[in-house]
Amino acid sequence: MLYTSKAGAVGDSQRAANREDVVVCPGLPAAGVHAMSNADLHITSPPWFPVFHPGSPDAWAIQSLSGFVFAVCAVILAIVTGLVVFCLWRFRRPEKREEPPQRFGNVKLEIVWITIPLLLVAVIGIATVFTMKSMAAPASRPPDLIVRGHQWWWEVEYPQPGIVTANEIHLPAGRKWLVELEAADVIHDFWVPELARKMDMIPGLKRRMWLEADQPGVYQGQCAEFCGAQHAWMRFQVVAQSPADFSAWQAGQLQPAAIPSRAEAREGQQLFQQMTCVTCHAIDQSPGALRTAPNLAQLASRYQIAGGALANTPKQLFQWLMDPQKYKPGCKMPDLKLTDAQAHALVAYLEGTP
Amino acid sequence: MNGTAEIAAPVPAVEKESAHEGLLAWVSTVDHKRIGILYLLAAAFFFALGGGEAMLMRLQLSWPNLHVLAPDTYNQLFTMHGTTMIFLVAMPVIFGFANYLVPLMIGARDVAFPRLNAMSFWLLLFGGLLLYFSFAAGGAPDAGWFSYAPLSEQPYSSSNGTDYYVLGLLVTGIGSVAGSINLLVTILKFRAPGLTMRRVPLFVWMVFNTAVLVILAIPVLNAAIVMLLIDRKFSSGFFQPGQGGSPLIWQHFFWTFGHPEVYILALPAFGMISEVIPVFSRKPIFGYEFVAASTVAITVLSFGVWAHHMFAVGLGVLANSFFAGTSLLIAVPTGVKIWNWIATMWQGHLKLTTAMLFAMAFLVEFTIGGLSGVTFAAVPMDWQLTDTYYLVAHLHYVLFGGTIFGIFAALYYWFPKMSGRMLDEHLGRLHFWLTVVGFNLTFLFHHALGIMGMPRRVYTYPDLPGWGILNLVSTIGASIMGVSVLVLARNLLHSLRHGKIAGDNPWEAWTLEWATTSPPPAHNFNKVPPVNGRRPLWDLHHPGRTDEELQKQEGGARDP
Repeated sequence: MLYTSKAGAVGDSQRAANREDVVVCPGLPAAGVHAMSNADLHITSPPWFPVFHPGSPDAWAIQSLSGFVFAVCAVILAIVTGLVVFCLWRFRRPEKREEPPQRFGNVKLEIVWITIPLLLVAVIGIATVFTMKSMAAPASRPPDLIVRGHQWWWEVEYPQPGIVTANEIHLPAGRKWLVELEAADVIHDFWVPELARKMDMIPGLKRRMWLEADQPGVYQGQCAEFCGAQHAWMRFQVVAQSPADFSAWQAGQLQPAAIPSRAEAREGQQLFQQMTCVTCHAIDQSPGALRTAPNLAQLASRYQIAGGALANTPKQLFQWLMDPQKYKPGCKMPDLKLTDAQAHALVAYLEGTP
Repeated sequence: MNGTAEIAAPVPAVEKESAHEGLLAWVSTVDHKRIGILYLLAAAFFFALGGGEAMLMRLQLSWPNLHVLAPDTYNQLFTMHGTTMIFLVAMPVIFGFANYLVPLMIGARDVAFPRLNAMSFWLLLFGGLLLYFSFAAGGAPDAGWFSYAPLSEQPYSSSNGTDYYVLGLLVTGIGSVAGSINLLVTILKFRAPGLTMRRVPLFVWMVFNTAVLVILAIPVLNAAIVMLLIDRKFSSGFFQPGQGGSPLIWQHFFWTFGHPEVYILALPAFGMISEVIPVFSRKPIFGYEFVAASTVAITVLSFGVWAHHMFAVGLGVLANSFFAGTSLLIAVPTGVKIWNWIATMWQGHLKLTTAMLFAMAFLVEFTIGGLSGVTFAAVPMDWQLTDTYYLVAHLHYVLFGGTIFGIFAALYYWFPKMSGRMLDEHLGRLHFWLTVVGFNLTFLFHHALGIMGMPRRVYTYPDLPGWGILNLVSTIGASIMGVSVLVLARNLLHSLRHGKIAGDNPWEAWTLEWATTSPPPAHNFNKVPPVNGRRPLWDLHHPGRTDEELQKQEGGARDP
């Protein structure tokens, strides 16, 4: 028995939350507003250089190390380039026939340019080890979040209180979360440049890392390990919320679905059951729900569909349902040969449009 | 100065000793010089293919959300581009130059095993053709040049592409190992009297180390790809977690080969630079012993750094620290070379030929690639930057800014010896500037794209801030590189027929290959000059100021 969700209501309230309450992080103009007013949500304005725009203590630590190492490298590059250009300018003798003084080497110089780089790399090495140790995630306690990579979407599981969603990670800002990473098929890689290191997701193994956002905001993430035809559209968002908003979001996700009120949405619900949708997609949080494809419960509350290939608007969801292979060629979602009316009905059901 | 160089017409191409003429003479040849040239021609052929693949990719990426190529096609193209450039372009060019030059540089008649040499080349050519046959047989490999399992396994890669990848690399790999054994034995056993290992040209030292690397590294790859093939065809499950296998074992195997491979591609370019810079600075190489010894250090260390390709895998702090340490350490012997090359130019009389321009540009471009390598050894930086366009920038600065710039320097430097005619210097300078501008436009901003969060190996990308414009600049740069290759092709074809006659020693160089005619006769030397030091031709033309005597005057340096 499937329940009709209050997806519409929850989704709308969620959007309202994004619109009004979320303090987006600096350089990220009101993602929610922009997203929902613009059909192309993934064209929000995140920072130009997310790697250098740290939004968590770990990301800050990496940036500090990077600043030091880049500075050392810049000095060395400047010296090498300077010397080459100086030679070019000073020692150019196109017409000189006599040979210059023949010098064969200088052991003292060799010692100098072996020792100084050795000291430099030793310092870099020590800084590296300390930075690494500061970020090591413990194996002892249960994770707050489990993210599982699939070709080409993200399964996001909250063991407590038992929520499974997809392609969007909500978490409370300012809290250090332990994330467990797994893979369902091939190797993927979890990467949110503003918030944390990247970490491979390897089938058969469990990996752990910290994930944290200092400020509420929407952070772009993506798969960083080539994983097949649609690696490009295996993107996701991390939505960091104030603890109150996060609790509201969780409560919304757990809301049992209600019977759709509109006839079109009810027809969509029937189609969802009758067509092949249910053989892959779950649409509620019942234990043992299918995980072969994104869980569509509360789909309306999400920013994007199709791993970032499209924005989650009724119009783009309609386009997606009509021809998924056009927008994400090679993906597992088949062309269901829907009529316009059927697709509209499914959109009404999934988006809970009033 | 060398006043005795005679300007002689090129010797007829067909050797008198050969029983065959024309095309058959080339197919049946066991002459190291002809085999060297065959390697270079095969590399040029595959370079055109690999370059064309790159141009198509840049076209697709020139703006967000383009549909020039389908995702499957794009994935096949980047896999083939990487595989082609590494195995069918860079390695064959290196084997080509090594084949042609090593026997001449050490005053030998040929390599140790001439027929094995021919076999190595034909294995390379047909291995490459086998790989490319995949396009006609249902699709090229599409799991990337390092074919990570389980993506490369049957369930996720059902076309025959990966099978052709395995077979193609297996065949060329056997050729490479045979070729390396040949070079190793040649260098150890066929040196002219007086030419000790402390006197051989540095290019020979580099080829020697490369041969050692190939002999130790390629068999690891060959074993791994055979296991992959058995997985794919007989479901053995070596790398399949569902069957008790491990995808990580594949990565360990692959990079145990893969990192020495980087030095297989880099060391010979170091050797080329070590020949070109002294001649056009009119000075001996500075710190010969240190350049040679640092190469040995690299050879040894290169087998202890493989897991720096796997920092994002989650091996743990201890393992990561070890590989960070070795990876940082290997920067030191590489840096030693850079300083010695600069010291060689210092107070020299620089002649800015096209070869020298490429060598000097190499110093800067390769340093950029080397330094970005250091940033990857600082593990947390790798956690941000690996598998992004920053990595694409890094590897192209090493393999193009390093290896290919070195090869271009070598081409301008040794083309006269191989063909008997000079390359046109005006076209050469045009080629040089187009290459420098095109290369840096294409790849410099890839560093920024990585920091902007753009992952590598995506067939398209969203319109995030700055991504579109930087990709467009990169595509424009790639087009300039495309034009530069056409200029080079024009120069080669034109100069082959109409170039200035080179004579034995157009650059007034000092190593043995310049002591014979250009091109050399089939038997290489009528008489090998006496060898009493590292620069036999210098000694020949400067009686009373030989290297030995000059070094005694300098005092500090030891007698070679």
